[in-house]
Amino acid sequence: MAEKGMTPIVKTITGWIKGLIMIFGIYIVLYGHLTPGGGFAGGVILAMVFVLLTLAYGKEESLRRFRIGVASELDSVGALMFLVIAVLGIAGTLGGRFFINYIAKANPGTPFTLFSSGIIPLCNIAIALKVASSLFMVFILLVLMRVIHGPGERA
Amino acid sequence: MLEFIGLLLLFMVIAAIVAIETRDLLAAVISVTAVGFGVIIAFFYMRAPDVAIVPIVVEVLILIILIRATLRVGLRTFIGNRDFFGMMVTMAMLAVIFLAGIRVFDDFPPFGHPVMQRIADAPTRLYIANGLKETGAANIVTAVLLDYRAYDTLGEATVLFTAIMGAIAVIRKKARKKPTEPEVGEWEE
Repeated sequence: MAEKGMTPIVKTITGWIKGLIMIFGIYIVLYGHLTPGGGFAGGVILAMVFVLLTLAYGKEESLRRFRIGVASELDSVGALMFLVIAVLGIAGTLGGRFFINYIAKANPGTPFTLFSSGIIPLCNIAIALKVASSLFMVFILLVLMRVIHGPGERA
Repeated sequence: MLEFIGLLLLFMVIAAIVAIETRDLLAAVISVTAVGFGVIIAFFYMRAPDVAIVPIVVEVLILIILIRATLRVGLRTFIGNRDFFGMMVTMAMLAVIFLAGIRVFDDFPPFGHPVMQRIADAPTRLYIANGLKETGAANIVTAVLLDYRAYDTLGEATVLFTAIMGAIAVIRKKARKKPTEPEVGEWEE
C-alpha cells in the first residue's frame, strides 16, 4: 500500500455519507421501540461508520476520531448502564423485581411516541454503546494483527 | 411463497457446498456470505424485518473482516486433506441424528400456522394481547427482547463482552509491538 487508504473517489464519497450513516444508526437505536431495529442493529451500523473510515482513509484516521481507549471505556459504560438499569428495578419503591419496567409503571407516556415505554429506549442506548464500541474494537484488533512466522516458514 | 423459499433453500445449500469444497479462501468467504443473505431474504419473505436487519449489518461486517483478514494474511488457498475415517464417522453420526430426529417434524404445526394458534394459553398470546398496554412499546419484538425477556438480552450482552475480552487477551501480544520496528524476518509485512 503506497498511499494510505483507497482512491480519492472513495474518500470523497465516504466524507459525504459518513454523517448520514451515523444519523441512520442513531435513528435505528432511538426508535427501536417503535420501528424495526434496536440497540444491536443500530450499534452495528454505528460501528460500520468507523469501519468505513478505516477502509477508506486508513486506520490512523479512524483511530484519531475514535481512540481505542475511548472505545474500551464506552464498551464498559454500556454494559454497566444496562446492569444498573436492571438492578435499579430491585429497589422496593421502584417495583421490587429485576428488570421491571419501573419508568413505564410510574409514567407510561403516550404509545407510538419517542418518549414512551420506560426503560426500553434506555436499554437500547446502552446496548448500542456496547455493541458499537466492541465491534469497532474487534475490527481494529483484526486489522492491527500481524502474523509472526516461525523460522522455517515462508509468507 | 413456499416455492420461493424452496428455491432459496436450494441456493443456500449450493452456496454452502461451494464454501466447503472450494480451495480458494476468498471464494469460500463470499459463499458463506451468500448463504447468510439467503437467510435474510427468507426472513423478509416471512415478514420479519426485525430479525432481518441484524443479519444484514452483521453479514456485511463479517464479510469485510474476513476479506480483510484472509487477504492480508495471504492465505489464498486451503491446503490439506480431510481425514477419511473421521469424515465417515461424522457422516454416520449425522445420519443417525437425522433419522432419529425426523419424527419431530410430525408434531410440528404446518408452515404458516404458528403454535400459538393451537395452544390457548401460550405466552406469545399474552405478549401480543398485552404487550402495548404493559410495556408501552409499539414494536412488539423490542417489547419482548427488552422487557419480557430482558434477562436473556443481558446474557447476550455478557457473551459479547466476554468474547471481546477474550479476543483482546489473545491478540494483544502480537498487536502491541509497533509495526515500524520489526525484527528482521519476523513480520509478514
